[in-house]
Parts: sequence; structure tokens; C-alpha cells
Amino acid sequence: MRTTLFGVLWVCLMFSGTPAMAQNETELDRLRSELAQMRADYELRIAQLEKRLDEAERKASEQQAATTHTEPRVQNQMETWQPDPLAGQMAESGINASNPAIGVVFQGQVWGYSDDPDSYQIPGFPLGGEAGPLPEGLALGETEINIAANVDDKFTARLTVPIAIEDGEAVVELEEAWVETMTLPAGLSLRAGRSYANIGYLNDKHAHSWDFADLPLVYEAFLGGQYIDDGLQLRWLAPTDFYLEFGAELTRGDKYPAGGAGHSGFGSHAFHLRTGGDVGFSNSWQAGLSYLKADADERESGDEDEPLFFTGQTDQWMAEFVWKWAPNGNNRQRNFIFQAEYMWRSQDGTYTLTDGSTLPYDTDQRGWYLQAVYQPFPRWRIGFRYDRLSSDNPGQDYAGTPLMPSTSDPRRYSVMADWSNSEFSRLRLQYQFDQAGFDDNNQWGLQYIFSIGAHGSHSF
Amino acid sequence: MKNRIIIILLLLAPLAVHADLKILTCEPEWAALATELGGNKIEVSSATNALQDPHYIQARPSLISKVGRADLIVCSGAQLEIGWLPMLLRKANNPKVLPGSPGFLEASEYVKRLDVSPNIDRSRGDVHPQGNPHIQTNPYNMLLVADVMTERLVELDINNAEYYQQNLVDFRQRWTDAIANWEERAAVLRGKRVIAHHNSWIYLEDWLGLNEVATLEAVSGIPPTASHLGSLLEQYGDHGADFIIRAPFQSEKPSKWLSERTGIPAVLLPLTVGGTDEATNLFTWFDDIINRLLNAGGL
Repeated sequence: MRTTLFGVLWVCLMFSGTPAMAQNETELDRLRSELAQMRADYELRIAQLEKRLDEAERKASEQQAATTHTEPRVQNQMETWQPDPLAGQMAESGINASNPAIGVVFQGQVWGYSDDPDSYQIPGFPLGGEAGPLPEGLALGETEINIAANVDDKFTARLTVPIAIEDGEAVVELEEAWVETMTLPAGLSLRAGRSYANIGYLNDKHAHSWDFADLPLVYEAFLGGQYIDDGLQLRWLAPTDFYLEFGAELTRGDKYPAGGAGHSGFGSHAFHLRTGGDVGFSNSWQAGLSYLKADADERESGDEDEPLFFTGQTDQWMAEFVWKWAPNGNNRQRNFIFQAEYMWRSQDGTYTLTDGSTLPYDTDQRGWYLQAVYQPFPRWRIGFRYDRLSSDNPGQDYAGTPLMPSTSDPRRYSVMADWSNSEFSRLRLQYQFDQAGFDDNNQWGLQYIFSIGAHGSHSF
Repeated sequence: MKNRIIIILLLLAPLAVHADLKILTCEPEWAALATELGGNKIEVSSATNALQDPHYIQARPSLISKVGRADLIVCSGAQLEIGWLPMLLRKANNPKVLPGSPGFLEASEYVKRLDVSPNIDRSRGDVHPQGNPHIQTNPYNMLLVADVMTERLVELDINNAEYYQQNLVDFRQRWTDAIANWEERAAVLRGKRVIAHHNSWIYLEDWLGLNEVATLEAVSGIPPTASHLGSLLEQYGDHGADFIIRAPFQSEKPSKWLSERTGIPAVLLPLTVGGTDEATNLFTWFDDIINRLLNAGGL
């Protein structure tokens, strides 16, 4: 695996530079003809510039004529204005050469539960990672600081640092810290650092861009929230008329569903394949398939104080589908989004239970959700989501443990309504009826999301 | 094994034969201009159509593959496409069209932008500190962009340099004649007072000497509110304006509401090529803008 990795890196580095070796006569000939072409090009440009000079003089008088009636506000700009072709490099994202684009997302919420969220558990699916219900009552959500900029002409970088409140303390986390190539040939890019795994549809979406206040149950149960890990991501966009993207990732494997950085720190890898397109002007869709293989060494899950430990392998497949509709593709007025994901995983290894006993575990589990969000008129949206999980029986040895699924499949029904004053502010009301735990649970929440600073751009 | 696959892919990529220059524009007017200048030597498509608000576009899969295959990208710039273009560029892995390279052209960098106000904040709405990005409605800007677009075409496809140069000369001639004609016909519009849905028209107003007295949006980019419309009714109800104008992708309701109560004609104007049935190319687009204003004003 490691040699593969170095092979990939080597190939990428080879091609990111400009090999300037003229190897033989034909190469020299080629260079000569290129030089000749460049000379022709320059002569053409000089001729062009002369022509433009003439034209500019004429144009100046034209424009003078056309703008003499305008108000004085433009007069100053007119006199001092010069075309600035370099400005384009910086204009694209509103950042300048040395100062990165900085943004802060403020989030907060209030949640109420009919059943104590501290004792929340899903039988058969002991939760790991960041999974679990949002805190009860008034609470600050993650305050997310984003910093992004191009490093130089070949690399770009991003940092996302959420400040979370844990047990009353503000904790600075590191969610994203990556550098990525911009100029690899052949539709390739390579990212290094900490990043959301590019698997599933929601896994790499920031919380502020979700359509519901929380993640689908299947993300909570199978990925411990969202799968974030340290390592390398290679992405290839096929040179086809339709969208086809392939990605491969090799990461450390420290986070749920991996754990303990197995294989000497090469504990998990993943692949994804994604495609999509338009149907007329009004519809567009995306579909994808991802695979995650995660090694776990004493991975914790379940009760924080008395965790279960899993050692073994997780094989996980994920299928995603998203359909977006807006009349004529103008989603400003009305739009509709349908989204569904299905996940299947097999965990093969051993579980160490709270009583210290270690038992073999080889069980398949499935989960899926579907959701629909509709914007009937600007600023207002309503949405519905249905979640469902199911688990095979791990065996009678697990009777009475958190790994034994209940006889009826865990499920949850959610509805939400949100209002966005602008692209940068959103208030959301959400209610859900949760039948995933032992008791039916009525949950309601009110959430705010506000963004300041750099104007982010969102993926499909 | 995996190494070998990747090496083969890398070797295959440049073999993909491309005859024509592939141009992707963010807005239809630049696609229309590229067609005038590039003729049959280019293959051009627009990421948006005239019925879409270019501020709010999804970074759709189909657009990612188009950016990935483009030789030249032409956009209005000045942050008009900031919500989606950077994402497309990042996902498309195409170094040819990155900002700063010859394959990336932001039209607004080459014209005089109006309403440049670097020190504003978002309490005034989603305004663009680098100036109003809707530069296309002043036909003189089209000449400036035509020049730089031709330069880029020549730079990217030197073999057809003469062809592009000739097309530019030809276009400039026809366009300059057309401007003279439009200015003559639109002379009666000078000084007319306009209420615009969104401030998408300041370059047109600047050119024709129209006077924008208000916008239906109280705050730029935020849909018109009932209270703001009420105050507009109070302020301009008594013949305080001559036209209420909006683009095809903007809701008809607010301008209709105000028009019915004030008698000021509500006019739908094509903000770009394709915005109305009549606006089929750059020339008929400006024809139609002026026709619609003259008709609505009974002039």
C-alpha cells in the first residue's frame, strides 16, 4: 500500500513541474517552431496594440459623448480608470494576494426532548465519534472559523476550526487543515492534510449547509457523525462531456469507524465514483457510490464512561442520490431538493464488553434516509426526512448488551421549516418523532445559523 | 498496478483531440459575443440562461465537467458568480482556466465599473465592493470586452489569429453603427425616471441617461417587502417615475403591484441575450430593450 502511495505522489510531482529537457532533434525542431510562432505572436500583438491605440482615442471621444449626460458620480472614476488585467487574479473570490478569505459561522440552538437525551442509545448501534443528540435546552452550536487562500500558483489551502462547547468548556477543534494542488494535469488533484472524507453526499458538507439541524441517523450510527481523517485524497475528473469523478483516499484511521491508526498509521482507505447531469434547464441530479475500509484497534463506542471496544475491520458501501428542481433552473424563487442515501456495512472482529469479556462479532448492518425540501417562495423552505436502520442479529451471546438490536428497526421522522433573510442568515424550526431508542421520543429544536466574512461557495 | 493505471490515464489525456476552442461563459451575453468573434472556430456554451439569476446558481455536475473541458472561461466577474464559480473551478481540476491564466477572463476588469465601494458592509445587502457587476447593458462595454476577448482567442489559438482579428473589425463596425442607431432612437428616453427591481441596470441608465429613482428591493439582493413597496407607492404614486423595470428571472408580483396602483408602466427588459423572444443575439437584444422602453412610454 505504501509503495502505491509513493508511486502516486511521484507521478503527480513529475507532472506538476515543467520538464524542460529537449531530448532529441525533433524536440529541438519543435522548440524552434514554437519560438517562430512566439515571434509571430509578438508581431501580431504589437500590430494589435497600435490598432488599439488608434481605436482607444476614437473610443475615448465616443464614450465622452455617451457619458456627458451622466451624473458626476462616474466622472472621477472615468478619469482615473485603467484596465487592470492583474486584478482578475484576485477578484475571483474577493481575496487579495496576502490576506486569506476569512469567514465565521455562528450557530446556536435550543432543543427539547420528551426523553432524557443523556441516556439516548440505539439498540444494536452503540454510538461512536461525535454522534449523539444535540444538548438539551439553550446551547451554543459550533462556532466555525474558516480561513482559505491560495498558497502560490500551484497550491491552495484551507483551515476550518470550530469552537465547540463540551461540558461547559470552549474546545478548539481542528476540522479541516489541508493543502491541495491546483495545476496537476489530466484532471487530477491531490489533497493532503485533515479533511472530510469525500464519501457519501453529506459527509463533506459543513453543518451550516445541511437542510436539517442534525445529521441523518445512518451518519450518526455508521460514521460517528461525519468521517474526518488525516491523509491523502486523490481526485480525478474524467475528460468526458458528462460529469464523472473518481476519488481515492488513504488516511490514518484514527477516527470512528476506524480507530487506533492501524497498519502503522495507514488505517483506512476509501474510494468514490460520482456522476450527474441535467434534465432540461429545470432539473439536475447527482449519483454516487463510495466505499470505506476502516481498521479498528480498540475503537470506543457506546457509553463514554463504560465504553465498548471493537477490534477488527469495517467494510462500508454508500450509495447517494440527489435531485434538484427549480423552474428554468432559477432556484431563487422556487426549488425542490430530493436526497437519499443508503449505507451497508459489515464489521468483522471482536467486541470487548463492559464486563471485560471479549466476543467474536461479524454482523451486517444497513441504514438509509430520504428527505425532501421545498422552497415555495423566496426565503422560506419546508422539509421532511425519514430515517431507518436495521441490523443483523450478532448472536445470543450479545443478549442484553448494547449490540443487540431491538425487534423493530430504529426509525425517525423529521420535519423542518426554515427562513433565510439572506444567503448569510437562517432560522430553522425542527420537530422529530424518534423511534430509534427504547422509548418513543418527541424532539423539537430551534436553530440559528449566521455567517460573516468571506462569501463561501457551496457544492451541489 | 494502480501506478500503471494512473500513468496510462495521464498519457492518454493529451491525446484527446480538440479541434475547436472550447469556451464556457458564465452569462449568455458573453457566449453571444464569443459567437460573433469566434464564429465557427469555437464551441461555446453558457453556464446560465437568461431566465436564471446569475447570483444564485448551483455548482451542478454538468457545469463541473464543462469547466473541466474548457479552454477559456468568460464571466462578468466583480463577484457576480462568487457563490458558485470558485467551487466549479476547484472541482474541475483544470489549470488552463484558473484565475490569472489566459483561459480565465473576467469582463468587468476591462470596463469602468460603477458603484465601486470598497468600504461597505452587508447591512446594505449582498453588494459587490468591486462595483456593480451587471456591466453588459452599456454597449460601449461590449466593445471593450470584444477587444480583450479577441486578444485571448488569438493567444489561445494563434493559428486562427487573422480570422479572429477580422471578425473583431467586422463586429466593431456593425456594433458602432448599431450604437448610433440606438442612441438616436433612445434620445427621447433621456432623463426618464426609473424604478428598478434590483440595481441590475445602472450601466443602461448611465448610457441612455435614465434616472434611477428607487429600487423595489429595499436592501440589495433581499426580495422586495410589503412595507418598502408601500413607501414607494406613497413616494412615487403621483407620477413620480416613468418606468418600473425588472429582469425575466425576477418575480413579476412586486412591479405589477406597484404598477397597478400608480399607473406607472411595468416593463420586462431582457438583461441578456435570450431574456425575451425577440432578444436572439447581441443586436436584437439591445433593439428589444429600446423597443420595450419606447413602447411602454408611448414614445
